[in-house]
Amino acid sequence: MNNIEKNLLKQVADIEKTPMGAYNIRENGKGVARNTTANIDIVTKKDKPGIDIIIKPNTKNESVHIPVILTEGGLNDLVYNDFYIGENADVVIVAGCGIHNSTCDTAQHDGIHTFHLEKGAKIKYIEKHYGEGEGTGERILNPQTIINLGENASMEMESVQIKGVTSTIRETYANMQKGSSLVISERIMTTGKQTAKTIFDVNLDGEDSSVHVASRSVAEDDSVQEFISNVKGNTKCFGHVECDAIIMENGRVISDPKIEANNVDASLIHEAAIGKIAGEQLIKLMTLGLTEKEAEEQIINGFLK
Amino acid sequence: MLELQDICFSRDNKDILKNVNLKIDNEKMVVITGPNGSGKSTLAKIIMGIETPDSGKIIFDGKDITELSITERAKEGIGFAFQQPVRFKGLTVKDLIEISAGNSLKLCDACDVLADVGLCAQEYLNREVNSELSGGELKRIEIAMLAAKKSKLTIFDEPEAGIDLWSFNNLISVFEKMHDDIKGSIVIISHQERILNIADEIVLITNGTVGKHGPREEVLPQIFGKIKPCHKLENKERCNKGGTVNE
Ligand SMILES: Nc1ncnc2c1ncn2[C@@H]1O[C@H](COP(=O)(O)OP(=O)(O)OP(=O)(O)O)[C@@H](O)[C@H]1O
Ligand SMILES: [Mg+2]
Repeated sequence: MNNIEKNLLKQVADIEKTPMGAYNIRENGKGVARNTTANIDIVTKKDKPGIDIIIKPNTKNESVHIPVILTEGGLNDLVYNDFYIGENADVVIVAGCGIHNSTCDTAQHDGIHTFHLEKGAKIKYIEKHYGEGEGTGERILNPQTIINLGENASMEMESVQIKGVTSTIRETYANMQKGSSLVISERIMTTGKQTAKTIFDVNLDGEDSSVHVASRSVAEDDSVQEFISNVKGNTKCFGHVECDAIIMENGRVISDPKIEANNVDASLIHEAAIGKIAGEQLIKLMTLGLTEKEAEEQIINGFLK
Repeated sequence: MLELQDICFSRDNKDILKNVNLKIDNEKMVVITGPNGSGKSTLAKIIMGIETPDSGKIIFDGKDITELSITERAKEGIGFAFQQPVRFKGLTVKDLIEISAGNSLKLCDACDVLADVGLCAQEYLNREVNSELSGGELKRIEIAMLAAKKSKLTIFDEPEAGIDLWSFNNLISVFEKMHDDIKGSIVIISHQERILNIADEIVLITNGTVGKHGPREEVLPQIFGKIKPCHKLENKERCNKGGTVNE
């Protein structure tokens, strides 16, 4: 594996050596490495590109890494990954895609991830997106996440787009049964002429289900971001959506939140704030000896941490 | 030593500071007091470089710093604890204390400055300095940041505001400890008699001018009509006994 590949894997999956536990590494549209464990099976799909990840009931303290890297331009990689998480399993899943494009052709990866969590299953899902490369070719990532949470299942999703992605449309759909809980935290940074669009569509169908979405983003230069969310409370449930954005230079952010209470016991909250870095924050850090530029960096880094 | 020469500052046709002349000697604990709206915070902001005076000069350690930026003044050794501390989404107490100390801070030193202001490091170091913190907690963190910065001259703008009575003496110990450790000057803007009682010197600002400036023994009776010199001793003793905030 060369240095470019190593760096991409480190950026998106924090992998420096061979990961522990189950993994599947996909490079330029092909699986290049795989490991399964007694409790976690990974099976290549027969009808379309992608894999099934099958996790046995009661599997605990195990992890699955399924990073995707693209190091060639002119590639449009579409992949379907399905996760079947058995009853009361409790695992960590790390996905993510890194693109290194040094050509003038577009490199694109569209990952469609569907999660099926059985009763009482619990996962932490980490997904990082990253782009780099000196070429003028675009780096496009359009992830789709479809979440089906069974009774009392819970999922924590951390979605981070670090930098270097020319355009992205990120869609997340969730259907939630009785007592299930979903916590999503999203961090996005766009620069130059990049665009990013995020869509969250959550159906709170089960009694006492709850969702918490926290999105923090920074739009620099001439980049544009759009945040769309629609949380439907169809029973006694709780939903909280928080969208915070910092805009710099000519950056633009459009926030389009929607909450829909279809039951008198649904409790839904939406908070959104967009603005530039508060002047008093810069001043405070400058009184501690930072230059304006350094103060800006600290504030942005902290905000996106 | 800090010297303000003929500082004038007006905004919206209102003279906020009028020909302010003031000297703050090294190693002095100076308390600035005066009515609401008299211009105390404005004066502090002018010293820090946050506001620019319309005329006048600021000399710090023999150097004219009138034209220096906030950052440059901070590096020269001026520190300022805000009357209303700023909240940051994302930055933690640890981040801010590290930035204050210039990133060269050991974890145990960070714990020490927090303990001095009565905050348990374990509980607070990794907390975000956001709207979840109470006003008093925020004030304490602000003071801890300045204790970590160790400036030659530190200005505290109403540090006691929002700090509960129980912790008041410990707050005073923090100032005295800083004063002893750093051997710098400490300027405290305050309305509190108990803070006035620990001053070497008192400056009274009224209507944008220095109304009175002199040793505490002289100025305090003119403000309150009586003097209570024993307070300072009491606090010194408490400090020497190593009293903690939650005693
Ligand atoms: N940039 C500004 N523009 C207009 N007015 C200002 C500005 N800065 C300060 N002022 C006014 O100057 C006066 C002095 O304000 P300052 O905050 O210095 O008072 P203070 O003595 O610190 O009062 P307090 O005891 O209430 O904190 C006030 O009337 C305030 O409204
Ligand atoms: Mg004030």
